[in-house]
Amino acid sequence: MASLDDLKKRIASVKSTQKITKAMKMVAAAKLRKAQESAEKGRPYSEKMNNVILNLSSGISDKENAPKLLAGTGQDKVHLCVVMTSDRGLCGGFNSNIIKKAKSYFSKILDENKQLKIITVGSKGNDQLKRIYDDKIIENISFKESKNANYFDADKVGKIIIEKFEAGEFDVCTIFYNKFKNVITQIPQAQQIIPLNDEGSENSSDESYEFEPDEDEILSNLLPKNISTQIFKAMLENSASEQGSRMSAMDNATRNAGEMVDKLTIEYNRSRQAAITKELIEIISGAESL
Amino acid sequence: MSEEFKIEIVNPEKSFLVKDDVSEVVVPAFEGEMGILKDHISIISFLKPGIIKVSSKSGDENYYVEDGIVEFKNNNLSILTSSIYNLSDMDKSVQQDLLKKAEEEAGKSDINDQAKYLVDQKIEVLKTLN
Repeated sequence: MASLDDLKKRIASVKSTQKITKAMKMVAAAKLRKAQESAEKGRPYSEKMNNVILNLSSGISDKENAPKLLAGTGQDKVHLCVVMTSDRGLCGGFNSNIIKKAKSYFSKILDENKQLKIITVGSKGNDQLKRIYDDKIIENISFKESKNANYFDADKVGKIIIEKFEAGEFDVCTIFYNKFKNVITQIPQAQQIIPLNDEGSENSSDESYEFEPDEDEILSNLLPKNISTQIFKAMLENSASEQGSRMSAMDNATRNAGEMVDKLTIEYNRSRQAAITKELIEIISGAESL
Repeated sequence: MSEEFKIEIVNPEKSFLVKDDVSEVVVPAFEGEMGILKDHISIISFLKPGIIKVSSKSGDENYYVEDGIVEFKNNNLSILTSSIYNLSDMDKSVQQDLLKKAEEEAGKSDINDQAKYLVDQKIEVLKTLN
C-alpha cells in the first residue's frame, strides 16, 4: 500500500487536473454557443447558393458543354480528398472520427487502383495521416492564427482546389468534415464537391428564369464561389462540432477525475485509520505487559 | 394593392438584411444598372462592384457591394454577396483601404481583361464615394 504522503500527493495532482478539465469544459461551452450560432447563421447563404445552382443547371440547354466543375472531367481516375480537422487536440473522438471515415474511403480508392491525392486542413489531421499516407499528401493548410472560421480562409482553400482542378490535377474532389448534430453527436461526412452531386435536386422548379448574361457565364462564375461556400459551411460545422466534442470529452474527464479523487480519499482515510489503530494496539499491549 | 416586395441580402456569415416592404431596388448588375420593381420577371444575374439602392417606406438605404448574385422570383429578391457594406456607417478609412487594395490589384501586370474591368469598376465607384 502506498504511503500516506504519496496518496496525499496523488489526490492533489488529480484535483488540479480536474480543475484544468473543468475550465476547458467551460471555455468550450462558451465557444460552442458562438460557433453554433454562426453555423446556423451561415446556413441561408449556402442553401440559397445551392438553390440558384440547381435552378441554373436544370435550365442549362447544352449538357455536353456544361462547365467542367459541374459535369466533371468525364474521368474518374484521380481523386482529391480534402480532410478537414482541428488544430487543437483534447476534443475526444472528433479528429479520429474524421480520419477513420477518410481512411476507409482512401483504401476503397486505392483498391480500385485509382490515384489518390490528399489535402489536409488543420494540423491534427495532418499529424495522423502523414504516418501512412505521407507520399499522398500534396498540401497542408492550417489556420492556427484565425480565431474563428471565416469566409476569407475558406475562399483560400477553395481557390487552391480550383487552381488544381483547372491544371487537371484531379477528376473528383471530396471533402471530409464533421457535421454538427448536437453536443454529443457529430457525424463524419464525406461530401463530393467536384463534380457537383445533385442528390438533393428534388425541388428543382420548372420556373423559367431570365439570365443576364447567359447561363454558361453565370454558371462558370458561380461554381467556383460555390466551392468556397461549401468549404466554408464545412468549416463552420467543423468548428461547432469541435467545441461540442471537446465539451463532452472534458465533461467526462472532469467526472472521472472526481471519481478518482473519491476513491483515493477513501484509501487515504483507511490507511490513516490503520496507522492510528496500529499505534493504539502497540501502546495498549505495551501497557498490559507491565 | 401594395407595390411592395421582399428583399433578403445574405453574406456567408449571416443574413445581412431582411425587409418585406421595399418598393424599388436598384442593383449594379453585370451588364448595367438594373431597377427591380414588384412583379419583375424571374431573373438571375451577377453583380459588379457598385451601389445597391433599396427604397422602402422608411426611406432609402445604400449599400456598397463588390460582387454577388441576384435572384428574383415570386416577388422575392435574394442577393448573395461576400462583401457588403452599409454606406451610412461605412468608415472613410475602410473605403480608403478598399481603394488602395483595388489600385494595387489594378497595377498588377498579370490580371486578365475581365478582372481588370471589375477592378476598374471598383476604383471608379470607390472614388465617387469619397
